[in-house]
This record gives sequence, C-alpha cells and structure tokens, in this order.
Amino acid sequence: MKHTISVLVENEFGVLARVSSLFSGRGFNIDCLSVAPTNDETISRITLETRGDEQILEQINKQLNKLIDVIKVIDFTDGSGIEREMALIKVTAEDESRAEVLRIVDIFRAKIIDVTPRSYTIETTGSPAKINAILELLRPLGLKELVRTGPVAIGRGAKGWKG
Amino acid sequence: MKMNGARILLECLKKEGVDTIFGYPGGTVINIYDELFSCKEIRHILPRHEQAGTHAADGLARATGKVGVAIATSGPGATNTVTAIATAYMDSIPMVIITGQVPTPLIGNDAFQEVDIIGITRPCTKHSFLVRDVKELATIMKKAFHIARTGRPGPVLVDLPKDVQIAQTEFHYPDTIELRSYKPTVEGHPRQIERAISMLLASKKPVVYVGGGAILAEAAGELTAFCDLLGVPVTTTLLGLGAYPEDRPNSLRMLGMHGTYYANMAMTDTDMLVAVGARFDDRVTGKLSTFAPHAKIIHIDVDPTSIKKNVRVDLPIVGDVKDVLIKMIKEVQAHPEKVAAFKESILPWSAQIEGWKAKHPLTYKHAASVIKPQYVIEKLRELSDPDVIVTTDVGQHQMWTAQFFTFTKPRTLLTSGGLGTMGYGLPAAMGAQAAFPERQVITICGDGGVQMNIQEMATLVQNKLPVKIVILNNNFLGMVRQWQELFFDKRYSQTCMEFPIDYIKLADAYGAKGFRATKTEEVEDMIKQGLAHDGPVIMEFMIAREEKVLPMVPAGASLNEMVLNA
Repeated sequence: MKHTISVLVENEFGVLARVSSLFSGRGFNIDCLSVAPTNDETISRITLETRGDEQILEQINKQLNKLIDVIKVIDFTDGSGIEREMALIKVTAEDESRAEVLRIVDIFRAKIIDVTPRSYTIETTGSPAKINAILELLRPLGLKELVRTGPVAIGRGAKGWKG
Repeated sequence: MKMNGARILLECLKKEGVDTIFGYPGGTVINIYDELFSCKEIRHILPRHEQAGTHAADGLARATGKVGVAIATSGPGATNTVTAIATAYMDSIPMVIITGQVPTPLIGNDAFQEVDIIGITRPCTKHSFLVRDVKELATIMKKAFHIARTGRPGPVLVDLPKDVQIAQTEFHYPDTIELRSYKPTVEGHPRQIERAISMLLASKKPVVYVGGGAILAEAAGELTAFCDLLGVPVTTTLLGLGAYPEDRPNSLRMLGMHGTYYANMAMTDTDMLVAVGARFDDRVTGKLSTFAPHAKIIHIDVDPTSIKKNVRVDLPIVGDVKDVLIKMIKEVQAHPEKVAAFKESILPWSAQIEGWKAKHPLTYKHAASVIKPQYVIEKLRELSDPDVIVTTDVGQHQMWTAQFFTFTKPRTLLTSGGLGTMGYGLPAAMGAQAAFPERQVITICGDGGVQMNIQEMATLVQNKLPVKIVILNNNFLGMVRQWQELFFDKRYSQTCMEFPIDYIKLADAYGAKGFRATKTEEVEDMIKQGLAHDGPVIMEFMIAREEKVLPMVPAGASLNEMVLNA
C-alpha cells in the first residue's frame, strides 16, 4: 500500500543522505521525494511516498524517528492530509492535435507555459490522481517529456504540525 | 581565554571525565597531538593499528560503562576505524570517534588523505558531525557524548578538519544540552507495566530472555532481583551473559544457535516470553515462523525499532530497562498472594525444565590423549580471579567460552556479538586492562583471529598492560571448518591454517612471555604459571583439531531442531 509521509528534519547538510541511506540500507522503497525549507528556516520538510505492509511501515516510521536529526514523522495515509503535486508536461502539438491539447488543458485548468509550432509545455497541479488523469489524455497525442515533483502533503484542519 | 580547536577538543574530553584515549597520529591530527604533548590529565595509548585502537576504546567502554574515545587521522586512519565502529554499533556500545579531516577549503577536492568518512560510516554510527566552525566544536562534543551514552547507546563520529583545530575561539562547555529532535523514552509506561505483570502472573510456562541491553542499562541487579522474586527461568544471549548469574538454579544459560538444549526447548515450549533488552537476532531465534509458537511476548527495550522488527509482540514496553525493572519489581511486590499462587502454578514447568537439563546437560567428551578446548575454558574459570574480565574473538573459541566459562557478573565478557569481528579480542582486552590495571584480563582467541591484531602485543608490552592471551590452536578456522564438515561434505576449502606459527618465539620477540601446552595434564599448571606472570602472556593450547561446538541449531532451522551429537 502507498503511503505519503512527511518528515520534519533539522535543516542541516547531510540530513537527506541519512534519510535516503536509511531507506536503501534497509531495503525500503522511495517512490517520490521532495525537500524544501519550511516557515521555520531551521527546519526542512521532506515529503516522500513509499510502499509496504503495516509491519514495514511501522519500521519505516520508527527508523525515521530514530535518526537524530528527525524532529517529527507524519503518515498521511489515513486521509488526514491533503496531497498536491505539480507536473510539467511537454506534449507534441501539430495541426489538428493543437486544439485537442488546448481543450484538455482548459478542462483540467492547467496552463500552457511554453509554445512552439510543434509543441506545448503544460504546467498542472492537483492531486496525484488528477495528474494521472491528464497524463492519460495527453499520452496518445505524443508525450515528449514529463517532470513530476512528487506529492507534498499538509494536514487538514486549523492546526499546524506542531499542534 | 581563547584556545585553538585542538585544545578545546581536549578540554571537552576532560569535562566529560575521559582519562584514557586510544589514537594514532597523522597529518590532520598533528595539532591535537601537539596539545596532547602537554596534557597531563589524559592518558593516550598508542596502538599499532587504528582498528585496534578503536576496538580498545570499545573494550574500555564495555568494561566500564563509560564512553570510549578513539582518535585517527584522515583518510586511511579513518577508514581503518570502520570495522571497529561497525562492531560497536551492532552491539550498541557508547563511543566517540574523532577523525582528522583535510582543511575545510580542500574538502571535496580529493586532497591527500581525504576520505568522506561521514559518508562511509553513516550506516554504522548512531550519529556523526562534521565540525565546520571552531565556535561549534564544544557544543558538538557535548552533543556527541550525550547521543553516544543515552537512549540505545552507540558510536558517534566527529570529523574535525585541520583548519578548525588551528582556529581560535573562547572555550565554553555547555552544562546541559537539549536536542529537540532526540528525546529517548526512558520511563516505562506504568499502565503497560501493570498489564505486563498481570499477563506474566497468569502464565504457566514463563521464560525471561535477556540481551545486552540489560547490561548496557546497568540493570543486572534489578534483573536478578526480579527473576528471583518470581522464580522464573532466565536465558541470556551472548551479549547478555553475566546479566543473570549462570550458576543459579534458574539460569538456562545461553540460548540460540549454540545455546543449551534446555534453553532452546524452553523457548519453544514457553507460553510467556519476557524479552529484556534483547533484539531477537537470527542467531537467537532460528527459523522465525516456528519461534516461540505458543508464547505471548512482552518486549522491554529502550529502542522502539527493536520492537516488532523480527517477531510479533503482544505487549511492548519502551523504556530504560533498569527503570522498567524497578517498577516491575514494585508491581510484583504489591501482589504477594498472586505471586505465591504463580510460583505454585509454575512448578510443573520447572520440573519439565529440570528434566531437559538432566537429559541433555551442557557437556563434552573428555579425552586424555588430546586437549579439549572446553576443558581449557573450565580450568580458566576455575583458576582465574572471580572478577576476571574475559574478551574473545569470533568463532568456536567464542562459543566454547560462552558455553563453559559460567559468567556471573555483568561487564565480565566482552565479545563482538552482532558484527562478529575477528581480531576484536586482543585490542578489547587492551582497553579493559587500561581501565582496570589491577584486574585480571584474559583474551580467549583462536589461531585465526589472534593474528588479525597480533601487532598489539607491542602496545601491551610498551604500556605494561598484562593481558593474558589464550590461543586455542586447532590450526583451523574452526567454525567455518565445522560448517564445512557438517554441511559441505568435509570440503575444507581454505580453512586449514597449514602454516604453524611459533607463538613462544613470537611472544619473546615482543618482549612478552609465551607458553604452550600439547597435553591435557599440562593445562592446569600452564594456566597457573601464565596467570601468575606479571606481564603480558601468550598461553597456547594445541587442542583437538576437529572438535565441534555443540549443540548446534543449523542456520534456518527451528530452535528445537538441535544437532546434539555429530
């Protein structure tokens, strides 16, 4: 089962290496990963997507917490969070397909951020499911390049992660 | 007053109460050594190899419970410490390893003797620091010692570039340190402890299974009191030996691959397993699917990751083993009538265990013609001091020591359990002897492992560390040979050490004393002479060449599928 996990860490060099080598060293998977500083500049937030059964996820959670630089681990799989992802998509757009691409972009409220006579580059954000849906529609038209950020996630409700 | 980084480092060590360190000089630590030259408070011991120096710091830590400190220069000096760091990490030994690093501006340039030691040791350290500014040094040292000794202990590496050692700043050592991201759970949850006791008192076939965590937490006294209060049988892992006296009737001695028949049978039959500071290592559990199949499991450990890592747990208690045991004792004492009923109800279980003990005691066949290694171990126990510290290497001699020495006190067996490091015994003994100059320290080695750090003979003699080195010589890498005999059709591939070494001459060359016994009747006298000699000694015993360590649970088999005679 897929899990989206946020890891709040000390914003110091080498922390990402500790997190990623924990996963590789123990045979856990990382499917997606993103990192950036937070509103508190001493803290970075790593969002990662991983897979495994309950026992593996419990180990991942505990092992992350065991790292000295990890401040908090949040697993959003129970639906307690909102996930968003961004994708940049370069798609073939010539002759009759140019109008079709524009229609899809419009329906998904995406944006064209670069145009050439033979292509469009599209920016879209949304839940990972929405990104997958637009990709399904664009793929038959000729997908030249795809860049996804992987999901970032935030808890629902009024409280921040500190409570 | 302003000081340079090298001096600040030493001041930090003094503040932490460090009086003995092991280290090897080199280009990027030369400034530290210059400061050490005029430092009276810290005794520096120069090993002949950085691996040995780091093992020695580990040995000191295991024998005393203090944080062991080792120093190595950058590059090869640092990489030489890696095996010793990994050894300490696997067995949760508190250490601070200081490595020199090339000057900050050169980092990443493939400079002379540069290596990314933080990167190399990341998977085998509890934490590590690269000091980039001398102003951070004191705080980092405070953090390093705090992290090394608290929670589940472990080695912490501090990488110190040469320019940081030279740079000057005011020295201020923080009294306390608070890390928002590191707050180990020390106190056991009271409700969980109550539930644990009520579960335990409802059981009919309890076993307490103790690991090295009980010794690391200084909880041997509490453990013994708790078990004796309830009259429950106790088995220990290799690293748990000494946590509960093996000469007590309730001791099942060691369990696992080379554990006793009765410990392994009890583990298979138990309905209530109380794990105390142990981590269900594969050498302990055997085949996981058939491990303790009838048991409810209570697991007490300071490290939450150890819980439910390998086996299901019915009731976890995260906390310091000592704290939890003290509370458990109180809880037991609050219910004297229940305890009396419990003791009554486990009588058939005790009888069953006595039956197993009588059926297959820990034993070996005596032989007049050739020295049996088990006999040497028994004689060593008999003729050595009650508070003797024993270290071992890894292999057959290690298992014979674990089986036949009879450990009754914590911190008296220092051995590489998790990593299984050959070459550990001699330098670890060096560290223990440096910490306890007046106590007997014996290292029991095989003829394989002893050669992996034999150069430390020089350190022993030079520093007047009268370690007694026992070599059980079968001219084989015996444990691998045993596997080859049992599982590879006696194809002894590369396990025969054909080339005999004259250990008496070798001892002599280092200025030590060497003895050799080839007959059983020589064993006792030679041990007496060896132990009585006031300097370092090699005692070599030419043992039965193809003697095996038994019982044995073959790798991947269930604990009750022991090979008892082969």
